[in-house]
Amino acid sequence: MWGCVRRSRIVAAALLWALAAWPAMAAPPERVVSINLCTDQLAMMLAAPGQLVSVSALAREPQSSAMVAEAMRYPVNRGQAEEVFLLDPDLVLAGSYTTPATVDMLRRLGIPVVTLPPATSLDAVSDQIAQVGAALGRAAAADRLAADFEARRARLRAALAERPRAALYYANGYTAGDSSLAGEILVAAGFENVATEAGLAQGGALALERLVMLAPELVVEGARYPGASRGEALLAHPALDGLRRAGARTGGDWACGTPHVLRAIEELAAIRETLE
Amino acid sequence: MTARVLLPGLGLLVAVLFLAALLVGPAGIGPGESLAALLTGRGEAVTLVMREIRLPRALLAAMIGASLGLSGAAMQGYLRNPLAEPGLIGVTGSAALGAVIALQTGLAGAVALALPLAGLAGAGAAVALILLLAGPRGSAFTLILAGIAISALAGALTSLALNLSPNPFAAMETMFWMLGSVADRSFRHVWLALPFMALGWAALATLGRGLDALTLGEDAAAALGIRLARMRLLLVCGTAASVGAATAVAGAIGFVGLVVPHLLRPLVGAQPSRLLFASALGGAAMVLAADIAVRVVVPERDLKLGVLTALVGAPLFLHLIYKTRREGV
Amino acid sequence: MLRLDAFSVYRGPCPVVDDVTCEVARGECVGLIGPNGAGKTTLMRGALGLLPAVGESSLARLAPAERARAAAWMPQRREINWPVSVETLVRLGRTPHLPPGGRWGAADRAAVDHALARMGLDAFRDRTATQLSGGEQARALIARALAQEAPLLLADEPIAGLDPAHQIMTMEVFAELAAEGHAVVVSIHDLGLAARHCTRLMMLERGRLVADGPPGEVLTPENLARVFHVRAHYADTPAGPVFQPTETIR
Repeated sequence: MWGCVRRSRIVAAALLWALAAWPAMAAPPERVVSINLCTDQLAMMLAAPGQLVSVSALAREPQSSAMVAEAMRYPVNRGQAEEVFLLDPDLVLAGSYTTPATVDMLRRLGIPVVTLPPATSLDAVSDQIAQVGAALGRAAAADRLAADFEARRARLRAALAERPRAALYYANGYTAGDSSLAGEILVAAGFENVATEAGLAQGGALALERLVMLAPELVVEGARYPGASRGEALLAHPALDGLRRAGARTGGDWACGTPHVLRAIEELAAIRETLE
Repeated sequence: MTARVLLPGLGLLVAVLFLAALLVGPAGIGPGESLAALLTGRGEAVTLVMREIRLPRALLAAMIGASLGLSGAAMQGYLRNPLAEPGLIGVTGSAALGAVIALQTGLAGAVALALPLAGLAGAGAAVALILLLAGPRGSAFTLILAGIAISALAGALTSLALNLSPNPFAAMETMFWMLGSVADRSFRHVWLALPFMALGWAALATLGRGLDALTLGEDAAAALGIRLARMRLLLVCGTAASVGAATAVAGAIGFVGLVVPHLLRPLVGAQPSRLLFASALGGAAMVLAADIAVRVVVPERDLKLGVLTALVGAPLFLHLIYKTRREGV
Repeated sequence: MLRLDAFSVYRGPCPVVDDVTCEVARGECVGLIGPNGAGKTTLMRGALGLLPAVGESSLARLAPAERARAAAWMPQRREINWPVSVETLVRLGRTPHLPPGGRWGAADRAAVDHALARMGLDAFRDRTATQLSGGEQARALIARALAQEAPLLLADEPIAGLDPAHQIMTMEVFAELAAEGHAVVVSIHDLGLAARHCTRLMMLERGRLVADGPPGEVLTPENLARVFHVRAHYADTPAGPVFQPTETIR
């Protein structure tokens, strides 16, 4: 039953993309350029050898990407329409928040562009795999990857008597709520997100004082970038000293709706066990 | 108004505002509970909020305000110009540049006191340059022009340094450095800045007699036994230390050194020496009030202190310019 | 009081004050006269040590604090930079007598009162100094110099811009000070007043001291013609000597 539901959704999505990328559906694209971090990683996992021509520079950034080593094998682009055009692609994979001017320009130049919205839930991961697989003409590989992901995900589900309370805290005091990928990772690892208690189910700015008053047992911090910024200095505030744990940090695994989120869940669950 | 009334009155104002600053915040704790937690440590989370978040913030606001007010009064006294203040003449902007460079090159992380020292170096360079370009023989016009030039250069270089940073958040923080904020500062910042500020205050406090004598002009003051070169050195060092350290931890907050001496001058009989201490207290009160206001007026957003001080200070500045023009200077 | 020995002040290669040797003693009211640009101001500033100079000056040798107690200086440029009260302004003259970190005492208040009374400024005590007329400001600044109670008083054109009554009053104050045992050196353009109130005149021409002595000996027709390019009328009257330049010499 679960497989039928999934399959019908995949067909529906594929039909939509067929409408959007009609010329490309005739034959699988041979030169694919990805200009979005999440499509980079999904494409690297699903593309046929030689099909993926370039990935974005973010794919090599350790704070954001889970596949830095693989990304080293591809030339990088900075997402500028001019350089993408010069790579002569027959398909461009982008995010729905990629600069609209760039996407418009590429379409006007006659290049089909498929855009992927950001993943906001663990359920969306399989959908995203399917969408990218369909665009690349690699539906079979996508099916296999999605099935594998769901199986591993099912194994991670555990019944928990008590859920410790945790908070996600990024630079400038931003927190992610339950309706976000990071929030779902937190919950899947066995925590309860205090952002919901604070009325921030959609995420948003959480004042340091309120975070301290909520007294979570763990604060999961955002990844640290090189250099210094005041926004990140907030995470080093002494008031959070008792709430940090080694390794409780978001990173490349958290950023995109890829099967790597399972690794993030596993690491966080291991930290949860040390709290008890 | 005699010193007997003014100084205790200002002191009381600062104390009241300090208390209010401790009681305002997004955590929604009642006054009784917060004060109890602050003093006795009852209630773990509340104590943490009061002692680690609100207390350092209020202390820093008071210290920064005192530094800005004091140095503003000292610079105005020395340059005999009511328009001279650390923000307008580019001292805070240069201090911010120094601090940003220290942070982005990693020096601030490597060497313990590098951050306030870098702010001090930036501020000192600006003060020395101002004294050189628009020293006492220069007109108000020259002073403001020099200040504009230094501020613009420092601001541009600060923005450049932030944009060149490998950190994606740094580029968005130009506003913090240009306008200033004491939000989410900790005791680490207090201890980092306090020694330098204290040294700066000590240096500036000795200038009272000399500034009074300068009422008569440089020649007469020198003949009255005032050592002008020594005064200049103390002014540069004192302003650099106090304003440099303040800006290094909180960004460039402007107009405090303009507004406070201007408001208090009539109350001290225009005597520069009396104005020094009064401006320190007045500056502390002004920044504390501004910090309370940013938390009360727009609690969800991180409104910068410089916005409020500029809302008060810039119209006053325009008024002063208008008055100076009318007097034909 | 003040001794200058081979005293010169240079601006670049030119001597603005050229090899002046003189001595001012107690009880003397010396009028420093000379045409514009003769170097009167430079001589006084140099003697005080406010300018770098060559030669000996007994004042310039002193440390600033000691010098301030030895001599009071009233510059030509009458600056009052802040709107302080007249009393506060006059009290600035007491600065050299304040111990470091000390407060004003009874002696200071007395000196200020005395100076205000002497210059006729009692009614102006609480007025804002910057709102007075030019002449009143000049008197306030003279009062400041008086309040300093230094044995030597140096004043650069103190009566310029005052009305006749106050010009005479001020010169009388200087003469009284000299009679009381102080020494006074004033640079002055009004030769008539100089003749009437000064005990001694020093005439400068292009930085050199060309005449030094009682007014009668210095204000000779030859000196006047050579240095000032004027002819003058001199008369001894029951009211004292009257001296008035009458016409220029081409």
